[in-house]
Amino acid sequence: MSVDKATVAKIASLARIRMTDAEVDAMVPELNQILGWVEQLGEVDCTGVEPMTAVIPNTLRLRDDVVDADPLTGGGVRDKVLANAPAAEHGFFGVPKVIE
Amino acid sequence: MTDLTELTVAAIRKGVADGTFTAVEVAEAFNANVAAAGALNAFIVATPEKAIEAAEATDAKRAKGEALGKMGGVPIGMKDLFATAGVQTTAASHILEGFTPQYESTVSQNLWNAGAGMLGKLNLDQFAMGSSNETSYFGNVISPWKRGGGDNASLAPGGSSGGSSAAVSARLCPAATGTDTGGSIRQPAAFTGITGIKPTYGRCSRWGVVAFASSLDQAGPMARDVTDCAIMLESMAGFDPKDATSLNMPVPEWEAGLNADLKGKKVGIPREYRMDGMDAEIAKSWDDGIAWLKDAGAEVVDISLPHTKYALPAYYIIAPAEASSNLARYDGVRYGLRDLPEGAGLQDMYAATRADGFGPEVKRRIMIGTYVLSAGFYDAYYNQAQKVRALIARDFEHAFTQCDVILAPTCPSAAFALGDKTSDPLSMYLNDVFAVPASLAGLPAMSVPAGLNSEGLPLGLQIIGKAFDEQGVLNAGLAIEQRAGFTAKPERWW
Repeated sequence: MSVDKATVAKIASLARIRMTDAEVDAMVPELNQILGWVEQLGEVDCTGVEPMTAVIPNTLRLRDDVVDADPLTGGGVRDKVLANAPAAEHGFFGVPKVIE
Repeated sequence: MTDLTELTVAAIRKGVADGTFTAVEVAEAFNANVAAAGALNAFIVATPEKAIEAAEATDAKRAKGEALGKMGGVPIGMKDLFATAGVQTTAASHILEGFTPQYESTVSQNLWNAGAGMLGKLNLDQFAMGSSNETSYFGNVISPWKRGGGDNASLAPGGSSGGSSAAVSARLCPAATGTDTGGSIRQPAAFTGITGIKPTYGRCSRWGVVAFASSLDQAGPMARDVTDCAIMLESMAGFDPKDATSLNMPVPEWEAGLNADLKGKKVGIPREYRMDGMDAEIAKSWDDGIAWLKDAGAEVVDISLPHTKYALPAYYIIAPAEASSNLARYDGVRYGLRDLPEGAGLQDMYAATRADGFGPEVKRRIMIGTYVLSAGFYDAYYNQAQKVRALIARDFEHAFTQCDVILAPTCPSAAFALGDKTSDPLSMYLNDVFAVPASLAGLPAMSVPAGLNSEGLPLGLQIIGKAFDEQGVLNAGLAIEQRAGFTAKPERWW
C-alpha cells in the first residue's frame, strides 16, 4: 500500500498537525519508503498467533477505590495541575471559544 | 590529590563514606567539568546547586554517623526525559520548553533517596526518537570521541540517551540515567565506550518519565563499568503502585551477587545476527567476546532466533503507534507551548501548536503511528506487528531453553559522523537492528565496551538475558569487562 498526497494530508489532520503543501509533498515519499519497508511483515505466517499486548506476564492491578489515596496522583492539587498551563484562569484551563 | 572525576561510582561512594574526601568536593569537581564542556552540548540545564545541596546533606549525614545510602555522595546526570520537581523537563522538545514539573519521577526520587545528587538534565533525541542525538530541539550532542589520524569530524554519541553517554564518557558525571525503547541505552553506551543496562520491562517505574512507547520504554543506568551499573540499577528499580506495569517483585542485590565465574553457564550465539556484509571489526569483537566467555568457564552454543529480520519493521509500527497515542496529550491546553493563530478555534490551535512544537522526526513517527492505527489499516499493520512481536518473544523463550544468556554485537558499526544518516530515516533505523529484538521481548540487555576499532572508536558487546535475570546479564558483562581490559577514554578537546 502506498500513500498519496491526499492521504498524507488526511493523516496530518487526524494527527492534529498543521502541514503546508510543501511539507505534505516532502512527507509522501518518506512515509512510502518506511511503509514499503514494514510491509515485509506480511510475509510472516501468523496463523493462530495472538497479538502480544504485554511483554512480561503481569496482572493488571486496580487502585484502591479511595478518593485522593495518593498525595501525588490524587486530587486537591489544583494549583499544581494548573501551574504549567499556558492560559489558566479562575482555576480552569483556558481555551479558545468552542461554542457559538 | 586524585582527580575525583576519574573515579567510579563505587570508588566515590567508598571515599565519601571513609572520609577520604567529602561529597561536596566530588560535586564541585564534576560541576567544574560540566561547566567546561559546553562544546559537547550534553546538558540542556545544569543544576550545580542541586548537586551541592545533595552533597551537603550526605556530608552532614556522615558527620552524624548515619548510613549514607547506595548512591551516597554520588552526583549523577539525569536524562531530560525524567520529570524533576522544580527543574525544567523538556524531552528535548520545543513543545515542553519551559515546562517545570510539580512532581518527581519515581526513578529520580529513588536515586535521591539513595543519596545521589543531580548535576543537571541531559540532552537527548527529541522525545527519545532517534539513534544519533540529532533530533533535539536544543542542538546535537557531540561525542567526546574522535576518529584517529587527525580526522576532526564530529561523531554521534548515539541515541536517544546521547547526552548521558557523552557526559559519562567525558567524565562530566560518573553515571547517568538513560531510557531504552529500542536500544537507546545500549547503542549510545557502545558508541562512547561505556556500560549500560536496560533491565526487564517493569523493573523501573515509568511514572514521571515522558512516555514514548509505553510497552517498550524502560529506564536503566549508564556508567563506566558493570559494578557501577549494578549499584545504580539497585537504587533505580523497585515496585511502584503508581505505574500499572511496574513489577511487584523484590529488587535483588545485584551488586553483592556479581560473579564473573561462568562455569556451568551456557552462552547462546544467535546465528541470524551474523548478517551478510557484517563489518569485519564488529565480527572480530564478537569472536573476542565468545573467547572471553569461554575463558570465564561458559559453554558456547549455537542458537537460532528465526524472526530476527522482522524485529525492526515490527518495532517501527508498534513504537510509532504508541507514540502517536502518547503524544496526543501535547495540545497546548494543559502545559507547554501554545500557538494560537489570530481568530483560530480549538482545532486550529491544536494543529498549530503541534506543528510548531514537534520536530521533523517526531512528526514523521506520529504520522506513521496515526496511519497504522487508522481505520482499514489497523489489522494489516498494527495487529500483524503485535503478532510478529509474539513470535519474536517466542524465539527468545525457545533459545533460553538451550542457553542462559545470549551474546551479540550491540550495533552494526562504530559511531558514525553527525549528519551521515540524517537524510535517510531508514538507514538510521537500521542502526538498532541488534538492540530492538530484546526490547520487543521486554528482556534485560546490556552493552559492555569490548575494545577499539582501527579508527580508535569503541565497540560494544551486548548480553541479553532471560526475563528477571539481570544478575546473569551483569555477571556475563563482568566476565567480558575483566577480559577486555577496556581503559580507553576520549582525549580532551572540548
